[in-house]
Amino acid sequence: MSKKETLSEGKRQILSGNTALAEAAVRAGCKFYAGYPITPQTAITEYLSERMAETGGVFVQAESEVAAINMVLGASAAGARAMTATSCQGLSLMAEGMSSLAAGRIPGVIVDVQRGGAGTGAILPSQCDYSFVTRSLGHGGLHAYVFGPSTVQEIVDVTGRAFDIADEYRTPVLILTDGVLGLMMEAVTLPEFKEDIPDREWKIEGREGLRPKMMTGDNVKPPIAQENRLRDIFVPMYEEWEQDPLYEEVETEDAELIIAAWGSVARVAKTALKELREEGYRVGMIRPISLYPFPTQAFRSLDPAKVKNIVVAEHALPPQLMFDVDHAVQGRIPLTSCTHSSGVLLSPDEIADACRKLL
Amino acid sequence: MELTYGKELNKALFNHDSGFCPGCMHPLINKILGEVLTENGYLENTVMVMPIGCGCNTIRYMDVDMVRGLHGRAGAVATGFKRVRPDKVVITYQGDGDAAAIGGLETFYAANRGEAFTAIMVNNQIFGMTGGQMSPCTLVGQQTTTGERLAQHMGYPVHCAEMIAQLPAVGFCGRFSVHTPKHVLQTKAAIKKAIELQMNEGKYSFIEILSACPVNWHIKPEDGPKVIEERVLPEFPLGVLRDCTKEA
Ligand SMILES: Cc1ncc(C[n+]2csc(CCOP(=O)(O)OP(=O)(O)O)c2C)c(N)n1
Ligand SMILES: [Mg+2]
Repeated sequence: MSKKETLSEGKRQILSGNTALAEAAVRAGCKFYAGYPITPQTAITEYLSERMAETGGVFVQAESEVAAINMVLGASAAGARAMTATSCQGLSLMAEGMSSLAAGRIPGVIVDVQRGGAGTGAILPSQCDYSFVTRSLGHGGLHAYVFGPSTVQEIVDVTGRAFDIADEYRTPVLILTDGVLGLMMEAVTLPEFKEDIPDREWKIEGREGLRPKMMTGDNVKPPIAQENRLRDIFVPMYEEWEQDPLYEEVETEDAELIIAAWGSVARVAKTALKELREEGYRVGMIRPISLYPFPTQAFRSLDPAKVKNIVVAEHALPPQLMFDVDHAVQGRIPLTSCTHSSGVLLSPDEIADACRKLL
Repeated sequence: MELTYGKELNKALFNHDSGFCPGCMHPLINKILGEVLTENGYLENTVMVMPIGCGCNTIRYMDVDMVRGLHGRAGAVATGFKRVRPDKVVITYQGDGDAAAIGGLETFYAANRGEAFTAIMVNNQIFGMTGGQMSPCTLVGQQTTTGERLAQHMGYPVHCAEMIAQLPAVGFCGRFSVHTPKHVLQTKAAIKKAIELQMNEGKYSFIEILSACPVNWHIKPEDGPKVIEERVLPEFPLGVLRDCTKEA
């Protein structure tokens, strides 16, 4: 049975995070996918190997992640909505290409289904690429818009938005999930196929397209012109993003303690929060959905007279999310790090215990 | 090199001097590529994928729309581009360091998949742009700023055209040169054939073109052709190595 027949729009169905993401990309108008297999991303690549053909798109199994990201660059410059997916090691190999997408203002969606650890690492889930993708996109100091969804439905929702943001701002957009979210199955409602995808008037198509000569990137200009390009295009774009970060607040109004968590860890934290509330503790949570732009203001506006501590729960050691929270609260509220890494997962009890000790 | 010949013969070049060094053969290769695109009527429909290396000076020289690739990645970029726009003439234009060292894998696999684009590799046996370091194609015994090529440490010059000619998905492949007028015409005919195969039959072609780099070879600009004849041709013989139109 073709995938077309098994998936129907508007109907709730049970899908894994990886499959849901891949199908959401197709429905968002993704017409080019290049990928290189790596656990726990592989299901996305396998799914799209069949699904792209069914929907009039192109699938290429690339010879490496280096090739995959550069194929995305070429496909996108040619006008197609394009995506690649990988996991940590592969994202390292894509660093130069992601920087090139940003510099050339070439849209592209890059998915990182994170696994654990540095070097060869491990194949179990982690959140160890948070700093890698939020500080700067490879060399050169530019950024991508970065999503960190925490349910399969949210994966579907941000995937559609990712393609729109990529086109609207002509930027790479990253979606960070992990082995937990990629493999877990949940009920989702898929969107309809997007029809009104705007044409890219800047796309490269030879002299019969726009004149004068068209080229991706602008780095043949003199230094001052390059600097002005950063000032005039990139800095205002990032400032605009920062006006409107995405995040969820859970029971923060009366909270004496806030849990900061994103992605799969936020799910665990929510369970802990529920337990603590039942015990009468006044605990809330702030969950960044966009990791860049970071919801700085949500943390900065917390009242130190009310909030005694922020427990930053994440699967990264040394901590990574911690630094964005720290930058946001500027030392006015003490932070407590609660982490595991390398595929060791936080339990609701561990997070709840960390909170109880502080209350 | 001053362009004094008729604009109708070559509509692909901007009307100014090239920024290439004296004796470099990139401008001549740009010129014949422009002539082919003008003659076969594909100019308006062509997209070039550029390298990092001296070849990217072509950006200032040829009035053709371009995708700027990273160092070595043209084979992957062109794959993505051409799969999305099979109606376009797609040409990668790379040096030997770009295509054979850092981008060896992308070059090889694009060829092995038989992607429907035309790859041009300008082999000057050196990293020209960065000032004369050893490239995969540097001759044994040749001096570079990173030492003399000694076979016991660095092996032998990489024969890209011969390697790629082994791949069954390749439509046309060979090594050419532009050091005499006769060779210029042969190279031009090869480029023409490659682009026609790309557009008529969706075939991949690999055109390796020998070039001199007098600055980094430490020779006089006018001695380039002689040195190619005496030292380079014995290592890198010319000729068509694969031609799908001649296969049974
Ligand atoms: C990732 C990366 N590594 C190194 C460089 C520096 N670099 C620029 S051009 C070049 C060599 C180019 O040699 P070749 O491809 O033979 O071109 P030529 O200049 O000889 O025409 C190098 C090493 C770079 N730009 N990017
Ligand atoms: Mg060279």
